[in-house]
Amino acid sequence: MDVWQEARRHLDGLPGGQGLNIAYEAVDRHVARGDGERVAFRFIKADTGVHDLTYSELARQSNRFANVLRTLGVAPGDAVFSFAGRIPALYIAALGSLKAGALFSSLFANFGEEPLRTRLTKGCGRVLVTTAPLYARRIAALRSSLPQLTQVVTVGSTVPEETVGFDGAMAAAEDAFTIPPTDPEDPAFVHFTSGTTGTPKGALHVHAAAAAHYATAASLFDLQPDDIYWCTADPGWVTGISYGLVAPLLHGVTAIIDEGEFDPARWYRIIQEQRVNVLYTAPTALRMLMKAGARLARSFDLSSLRLIASVGEALNPEVVRWGRQAFGRDIHDTWWQTETGAIVIGTAASQTVVLGTIGCAVPGIESAIARRQPDGTLAFVAEPDQVGELVLKAGWPSMFRGYLGEPHRYAKSFIDDWYLTGDLMCRDSEGRFSFVSRGDELIKSAGHLIGPFEVESALLEHPAVAEAGAIGKPDPLIGEIVKVYVTLKDGFAADEALRADVLGFARRRLGPALAPREIVFCRSLPKTGSGKIVRRLLLARELGVPVAGLADLEAPEQQ
Amino acid sequence: MNEEELRSEVLKALKQVAPEADTVTLVSEQTFRDQLGIDSIDYLNFIVGLEERLGLRIAEIDYPRLSSLAGCLGYLRQHLPAAGTVPDP
Repeated sequence: MDVWQEARRHLDGLPGGQGLNIAYEAVDRHVARGDGERVAFRFIKADTGVHDLTYSELARQSNRFANVLRTLGVAPGDAVFSFAGRIPALYIAALGSLKAGALFSSLFANFGEEPLRTRLTKGCGRVLVTTAPLYARRIAALRSSLPQLTQVVTVGSTVPEETVGFDGAMAAAEDAFTIPPTDPEDPAFVHFTSGTTGTPKGALHVHAAAAAHYATAASLFDLQPDDIYWCTADPGWVTGISYGLVAPLLHGVTAIIDEGEFDPARWYRIIQEQRVNVLYTAPTALRMLMKAGARLARSFDLSSLRLIASVGEALNPEVVRWGRQAFGRDIHDTWWQTETGAIVIGTAASQTVVLGTIGCAVPGIESAIARRQPDGTLAFVAEPDQVGELVLKAGWPSMFRGYLGEPHRYAKSFIDDWYLTGDLMCRDSEGRFSFVSRGDELIKSAGHLIGPFEVESALLEHPAVAEAGAIGKPDPLIGEIVKVYVTLKDGFAADEALRADVLGFARRRLGPALAPREIVFCRSLPKTGSGKIVRRLLLARELGVPVAGLADLEAPEQQ
Repeated sequence: MNEEELRSEVLKALKQVAPEADTVTLVSEQTFRDQLGIDSIDYLNFIVGLEERLGLRIAEIDYPRLSSLAGCLGYLRQHLPAAGTVPDP
């Protein structure tokens, strides 16, 4: 039997053969099987207090939220967004939205007004769930530019004007909700991801994806029914939804959600006190733990950990070696992206970690190394250890089904029926992949993919900025930092006060997640004959490496 | 370094990372993160900036103690060398 059909057999389907709905599989079916009293989510509050949501309670609350959406006039296919930190309401809203047949999309709480406006507009956000403070800080001023956003639901004791209070609406809603028939191909989530050019893309995922989340959590993490599982990713990014919410709940395990901010001692304490068995985290976080030293790690009892896995960026061997000292175990790498919806390459719990490699393709995924040809076809690279682009044969259940409103961009992501990942990799003779680099100019900062165009566009709105070129400057801790080279309009002096002003402007517009960490003023930027800024040359200058064929271009001259 | 100067150094380090931050209305006992749009990378950069300005080394384990203005001032009062030995920032 096909791997994915086999995975589907572990899902129940809606009662009465009414289709497949992720929220039912993640929550209601466990209640139906008599496992309702198990803890689905354990929220660790910023002050380290604990708040549990059992599967029954989560079923009831997500039902209520689905009813709230009905009251607000949300129809199947409408888009519900969240913009919040890792709070219970976000997870309840996500599951309630899926139950109501709505499309759910989560926005990172560190986004500024531009990324919010772009994504809410592109995703036709009808309802937004946020907190009262975030509403005041980021959303209130945007509302007039978002005509399609008819309702904002706010979490918090005070309810801002022109919003609906989450607590009040939930209290007034019924406990019971029947999930309408759901086709496995019905849209469930939209996850936004950056493009090299143009606005971010809204990758559309369907309910059928659940089979891939179930199967990969079983094979990669070896999840067991009584496991305590902690995915540290924020739900504002795809990992925090696919593996922070969907995968653990499909397996009926307890998922830890830390509402507090990163702090090494806090993380170790959580692992120790909650007896975490499976930890899914990111290289940036691991490098920050490494910075705090192995001695700190060893001062805690981390013996409950059975598996540590990583995702989001290349996992450097140094971190794996350190992990052996600190945790006494290997860190298993995984690779996937927003478009793949679920892990497609990784070292499974049962496999041995080979330093410097990610692992093999997940069962059910057909992969190849290939090169795009000038005539628009793909040339496959059969021999091992050759660099080429990772391509994946279309058809796995969690593959994205489109970019919202951009069929052309979607079509361009494929050659024949091969999905082009844009990542350059090598594959050894045993089928293990190693990451080489991105094939484009996207910036990978703290595991987040950032489009230089989005950053540059925001900077260009500053009255003093004439041109901007954004690159990813290598950083030992977070992979890359966003660095922007800026030329100024006539009459503006390139001084420290202006630099601070431009930086502050960019941070207000973009939020800290996307804003540059470094801004450099220069007299000119390297351009092609047609006037396009050559980011590759900016990067080469940054790294101090020569770039063949670009010698005739105007170089950036620092001011 | 008196209380006022210390406070000014902390705010300067904060502004260096987040120039847009409104430090005038900052509530001393509340965390920076709850009041200003800063993330964990900003926070690390802020601490590195403080170290450079004040010429001291802050242990990772102590980072959480510097999460608010009051926390910073309390910590720095304890850990800064006696007045006169602090290098000019």
